Amino acid sequence: MAASATDVHNYRVIGTRPIRHDGVDKVTGRAKYGADYAFPGMLFGKVLRSPHAHANIKSINVDKALALPGVKAVVTAADLPEAPDRMENAGEQALNLRHLSSNVLARDKVLYDGHAVAAVAAISPHIAEEALQLIEVEYEVLPPVMTVEAAMKPGAPILLPTLRNKEDGPEKQTNVANHLQFKRGDIAEGFKQADFIVEHEFKTAMVHQGYIEPHSAVGLYSADGHGTIYCSTQGTFNVRTLSALVLGIPEGKIKVVPAEIGGGFGGKLVIYLEPLSLLLSKKTGAPVKLTMSRAEVLRATGPTSGSTIRAKIGATKDGKLVAAEIWMAYEAGAFPGSPVGAGAMTIIAQYNIPNFLIDAYDVVVNRPKTAAYRAPGASNAAMASETIVDELADKCGIDPCEFRIMNASHEGTPQVVGPPFKRIGLIETLEAIKNSPHYKSKLEGPYRGRGVACGFWFNAGMQSSATVNIHSDGTVSVVIGSVDVGGTRAAQAMIAAEVLGADINDVRPIVADTDSIGHTDVTGGSRTAFATGWAVYEAAQDALRQLKERAAKVWEKKPEDVIFDNGKFSPVQPDEKLKPMTLKQLAGRFARTGGPIVGRATVSARGVGPAFATTLVDLEVDPDTGKVQVLRATVAQDAGKAIHPAYVEGQMQGGTAQGIGWALNEEYFYDTKGVLRNTGLLDYRMPTCLDMPLIETAIVEVPTPGHPLGIRGVGEVSIVPPPAAVANAIAHATGVRMTQLPMSPPRLLKAILERHAANETQVAAAD
Amino acid sequence: MATVVIPSLLRKYTNGVDRVTVSGKTIGQVIDELGKRYPEIRDNLLENGDVKPSVAVSIDGEMGTGGVLDQVRESSEIFFIPAIGGG
Repeated sequence: MAASATDVHNYRVIGTRPIRHDGVDKVTGRAKYGADYAFPGMLFGKVLRSPHAHANIKSINVDKALALPGVKAVVTAADLPEAPDRMENAGEQALNLRHLSSNVLARDKVLYDGHAVAAVAAISPHIAEEALQLIEVEYEVLPPVMTVEAAMKPGAPILLPTLRNKEDGPEKQTNVANHLQFKRGDIAEGFKQADFIVEHEFKTAMVHQGYIEPHSAVGLYSADGHGTIYCSTQGTFNVRTLSALVLGIPEGKIKVVPAEIGGGFGGKLVIYLEPLSLLLSKKTGAPVKLTMSRAEVLRATGPTSGSTIRAKIGATKDGKLVAAEIWMAYEAGAFPGSPVGAGAMTIIAQYNIPNFLIDAYDVVVNRPKTAAYRAPGASNAAMASETIVDELADKCGIDPCEFRIMNASHEGTPQVVGPPFKRIGLIETLEAIKNSPHYKSKLEGPYRGRGVACGFWFNAGMQSSATVNIHSDGTVSVVIGSVDVGGTRAAQAMIAAEVLGADINDVRPIVADTDSIGHTDVTGGSRTAFATGWAVYEAAQDALRQLKERAAKVWEKKPEDVIFDNGKFSPVQPDEKLKPMTLKQLAGRFARTGGPIVGRATVSARGVGPAFATTLVDLEVDPDTGKVQVLRATVAQDAGKAIHPAYVEGQMQGGTAQGIGWALNEEYFYDTKGVLRNTGLLDYRMPTCLDMPLIETAIVEVPTPGHPLGIRGVGEVSIVPPPAAVANAIAHATGVRMTQLPMSPPRLLKAILERHAANETQVAAAD
Repeated sequence: MATVVIPSLLRKYTNGVDRVTVSGKTIGQVIDELGKRYPEIRDNLLENGDVKPSVAVSIDGEMGTGGVLDQVRESSEIFFIPAIGGG
């Protein structure tokens, strides 16, 4: 039986900060990333991409490309089976198979600048590039539809002729893939109770996850019909399932081997190059490697949605939130499936508001199909709700942390979707910020401001497998299927070490391929420490049970007569003839007592603990340029139980840094033809360490009920509050309430100048 | 009997009723019972005999993992929620 999360534990290993097992390889360059794989006879693949945002494909002629010496194969969508127009459970969410296949290689239409049209395999990457120029594609260019407003307008060009939504009916072509609605109470009555009502329209730009490592895959197709894909991915089993569906081959005939991953943040939960690498390998009989350039990553992977959100929230003068009305539309990109649902379910999740109406629309536009980005949909939403809440706090004359605490969701508060929250840690994170040295410090100086915001993310459970192998020298291997994107393999090793009483240096975590471990869902959704950690815990307990049986055998006793305490197996009744045994001593006797010991467990984890974070930012605005310098940032987050605090802190800092970049600089610039103009990191401006102070962290631990270690996922929620926290700080620094992301220097400067002009007009009018 | 909270946009099929009590020991039985009274609701929730991939089920505040096989208690409160993904 799993230990209760409310038990008080004096952990020996959990909560410490051992050096990560993959650390030495990573800092010495020995770690193998996707692009590091090489095989004898390997060919190099390149992808031809559409130069148009929206066009029908009239014809594709690959003859000249095929004739180029050194080219071994060219593939188009004609080489893929027709995918059925049906939804499939894939990874964390449902996907339409036809859309998935069409995104890998466009079939009849290209739907964004960079959409893959064909792929070439050649003996060198340079020949492959040359061959791309020889592929002749005849396009019928169509008008691009680049914003949700343009897409939703009556008479807008239609992206997907077969797309329908339930409300408009089976006959009406539309760019609106879905409409969701959540409501409670009576918003008209609610707003009547409000003394203050704040209403704004917000626009947020499409942004990319910004992982430094581009996508890469090597496909090896064997003559016996089995294929292996080596790739940088957040989910090997997901790659296997989706590649099998796209290629029309049985899932069991594909093995996926995970490379180390240089960032994913949700953007590597989907497939792009993986099925192409296997398809080209099948055609050529050789391994084929494809690696994206940065421009391809930005043009043709899965950024997260830009959005338009109209939000109206009311409060009484003593600070009680009473009503909220929200309309939100998110860019899905070329195919349906934006995170607008999550946006709708998170936008006011942090507050107990009795009356609300939320309408949310998933809208296709001629941009890349969006993919997940760290708490997808929630940052856009929090930008709207948390800035309005801040404005309401100002109007009520209440401290912004206190205002939030007064209205905060807690155990028993009904969520937007209905079920009440179980035990959560929002108030604890707000208190942690309120009591932080940062919050208590003075911030002085012109154009300096402080802003706070909080945010919510659901976290996920899903399926994980683990085996714990005890070797004959007492060392331990922990085999898991979760790709390590943030230090989770160290956490898994720590959990096993804790249960088995082993030294952490004697426990080796191994991230296995899809043939070598049971099914494990993606590393995403902040699920890995929670769910895979649970599987490892149970697998280690299984091994421990077997170890007790072996000790009992050695002592000719029953297993229930053996205890394990302080790293040693001992008889319950002390006996001077029966010396306690360490794990190492007992392991040396496996062969004589029944053979190897392997602990195993699988979980379909339930009882997920959701996550809250509160972020505090100090900044200074240059009123002559609009440039913002972040002076100080603190994030408080509920981790349930921080297995390895340094890696939890790393997640908190990383999410905060990304949220600040989202707030201040990052956006996709498309021209009037729908062509992406900032296809490199010089012009897609992500923050560097020169832009950020050291981000302070406060880990709050409110255990998840029911989890043996009380873990809550920590990977995502820290990205949710920062855009709003920065906006609130800018408001306090300049008096300007920004409603558009990013709050880049030109945009902020314009707003400051407009405010000055308005003030001067008012002064002149008063005179 | 379990209580099913009807999603907002599906209340047009229940004449505006937002909470319905139904019998059933599993989600599948609950949806079948619901479908007898409101056939359109069933069609919005099920596909190929299981809960649609785009639909998540909350039973007494906990997300289910078994689709139609998830167990339901006498006093369970059930919500059908859009399935979402993380990053």
